[in-house]
Amino acid sequence: MVRLFGPLVGLFFAVALLWSFGNGAYVAITEPAAPTAEKLFHKHPKEVEFSFNGAFGKFDNQQLQRGFQVYKEVCSNCHSLKQVAFRNLADLGYSEPEVKAIAKQWATKAKTFDAKTGDAGERDNLPADHIPPVYYAGQGSPPDLSLITKARHEGSAYVYSLLTGYQDQPAELLKQFPDAKTPEGLHFNPYFANLNLAMPAPLTDGGVTYADGTKATVDQQAKDVAAFLTWTAEPKLDKRKQTGWAVLGFLLAATVLAYLAKKNVWANAH
Amino acid sequence: MSFPWANEYKPSHPLMQWLDEKLPLPRFVYNAVGAGYPVPRNLNYMWNFGVLAGVCLMIQIVTGVILAMHYAANTGVAFDSVEHIMRDVNWGWMLRYAHANGASAFFVVVYIHIFRGFFYSSYKAPREMIWLLGVVIFLLMMATAFMGYVLPWGQMSFWGAKVITGLFGAIPLVGEPLQQWLLGGFSPDQAALNRFFSLHFLLPFVLAGVIILHIWALHIPGSSNPTGVEVKQESDTVPFHPYYTAKDGFGLGVFLILYCAVLFFAPNALGHPDNYIAANPLSTPAHIVPEWYFWPFYAILRAFTSDFFFIPAKLMGVLAMFSAILVWFFLPWLDTSPVRSGHYRPLFRKFFYLLLVDVAVLGYCGGAPAAEPFVMISQIAAAYYFLHFLVILPLVSSIEKPQPLPYSITEAVLGTDEGAVLNANPAAA
Repeated sequence: MVRLFGPLVGLFFAVALLWSFGNGAYVAITEPAAPTAEKLFHKHPKEVEFSFNGAFGKFDNQQLQRGFQVYKEVCSNCHSLKQVAFRNLADLGYSEPEVKAIAKQWATKAKTFDAKTGDAGERDNLPADHIPPVYYAGQGSPPDLSLITKARHEGSAYVYSLLTGYQDQPAELLKQFPDAKTPEGLHFNPYFANLNLAMPAPLTDGGVTYADGTKATVDQQAKDVAAFLTWTAEPKLDKRKQTGWAVLGFLLAATVLAYLAKKNVWANAH
Repeated sequence: MSFPWANEYKPSHPLMQWLDEKLPLPRFVYNAVGAGYPVPRNLNYMWNFGVLAGVCLMIQIVTGVILAMHYAANTGVAFDSVEHIMRDVNWGWMLRYAHANGASAFFVVVYIHIFRGFFYSSYKAPREMIWLLGVVIFLLMMATAFMGYVLPWGQMSFWGAKVITGLFGAIPLVGEPLQQWLLGGFSPDQAALNRFFSLHFLLPFVLAGVIILHIWALHIPGSSNPTGVEVKQESDTVPFHPYYTAKDGFGLGVFLILYCAVLFFAPNALGHPDNYIAANPLSTPAHIVPEWYFWPFYAILRAFTSDFFFIPAKLMGVLAMFSAILVWFFLPWLDTSPVRSGHYRPLFRKFFYLLLVDVAVLGYCGGAPAAEPFVMISQIAAAYYFLHFLVILPLVSSIEKPQPLPYSITEAVLGTDEGAVLNANPAAA
């Protein structure tokens, strides 16, 4: 039975697939797919050197603090960072009083609700609070940035490339796709998936003043905030790699012993 | 267990003798994975992957049970509860990465285990039941993995659930009500997430039960081996312990090194970035793709782009995708060659490697966007997939002239079978 019906079922699926293939091939030949502006002009993120790249890479706390400053003074006008609590900032090397001060001085206050009276109110943020959400009423919908570097391919380089990638629309693009002119209110950026985004170039040279004296070029700020957002997405990166080396070291030793044991046991059986 | 020369369990300590009379658990272990279970002496490293699959299931259950202590199956907080695990739970990041990459490791190991079965025709008599149970295990694994991927409630979780449950909607007449019944609604939402969590917790234990049957069925005829020649005599076997415990120990070490290298140094390499975006029913991702281990079957599903007579393309895709796995159930009766091992089947071997390439091509197309040329490539590859199992295998097994087999496993290992008794020790004999 199996030998009789098996080949019939096989031929049934094969013929149906060849039918689909034939139709697809016919369409592909008669109406070749036209290239799109996104396909031709979208760019992959730039190559960037970060201190945390590679198996031995680590966060640079100075850089993370600078990146946090960029987030606080620029990004946080529109973008939330809701997975991060103020207490987490201690990881960047801030002392306890500094963390308390950062929380207390945060512009958006923590919302309170008195269950007894039903009154809504505000209070200063505490280290235990998460960074308050940002409500944005303008055009576009700024995403929460907590996980942005893990939510994009090559996320750290992507954030850096996007922030430094604003430019005029290439003449070549407009020549090939006259309809693809960047609409009013949007901004051209080849690193963004569909080339045009609502966010204007957010960084300017000297837009922030770094406490450690680093020159705040757009490139420097973009790199620092990309590093900071890598930390917000993967705060345990340093510990993960450190643990990984210890685990691999142990496993390597154990596996060598296991190999010798195996060789010993099998010595007389081959 | 089944061979007359198997060592007998003889406890020497009075406590063990007492225990053996009341509850012979040590005897059971001794006969299952101890010195009381004779195993062919010529198993190569391809035979390590059954044990490794068992280890993977244990890793998944241990990490999964702990993750479940911190996870909340509620659409409002599921995504944030996973981030809570990653940030605030002690070693939570390691547990979650171990679990997510553990699923991938489990599939890598099981795919090698299955293709080992293809090459050495491990499905042939008298081992058909082991094979059938193995296919059931694979189906349960797929269901478990799919539901687990929904739990973080990211974009790919949501849209993956939407696409896969949508497949049931392609069934004529009952499709749509069936889909709504499965989801508990019109779209994946609270009801679906909650039941997926419940089933994701349940199924691994069902899996463990079927694995026990799988191993039980294995212990009746014993393992197959690279020659495909059955065990004839004591010199063809060695006791499981210490020979294969030692070999599995080394294999386990190599496996753990590779697994931990991914876990600690590239934990998101096999995942999809979109799943770090919280589920949003109003925003469809540009490319909805399942996890890599479903790609070959996803390619088959998407390969049907034209209606076939009165059958809609979508239904054809669903039928084909399920048939692509169900066809494995019939393998013992499709391949009728009396020779098991691919080493002695020159024509079969060529087609085996072609199948390997074919599945890799299907996998690549399944992960690629649904555009040309990938669709056309996957159509040819999917057609070959079905022809391989249902037309080529039966044909090959009837026309092929296999190469001569060794007389016994002993001959295959030592070059000659005479006087080859392992551990020959006149004093003990």
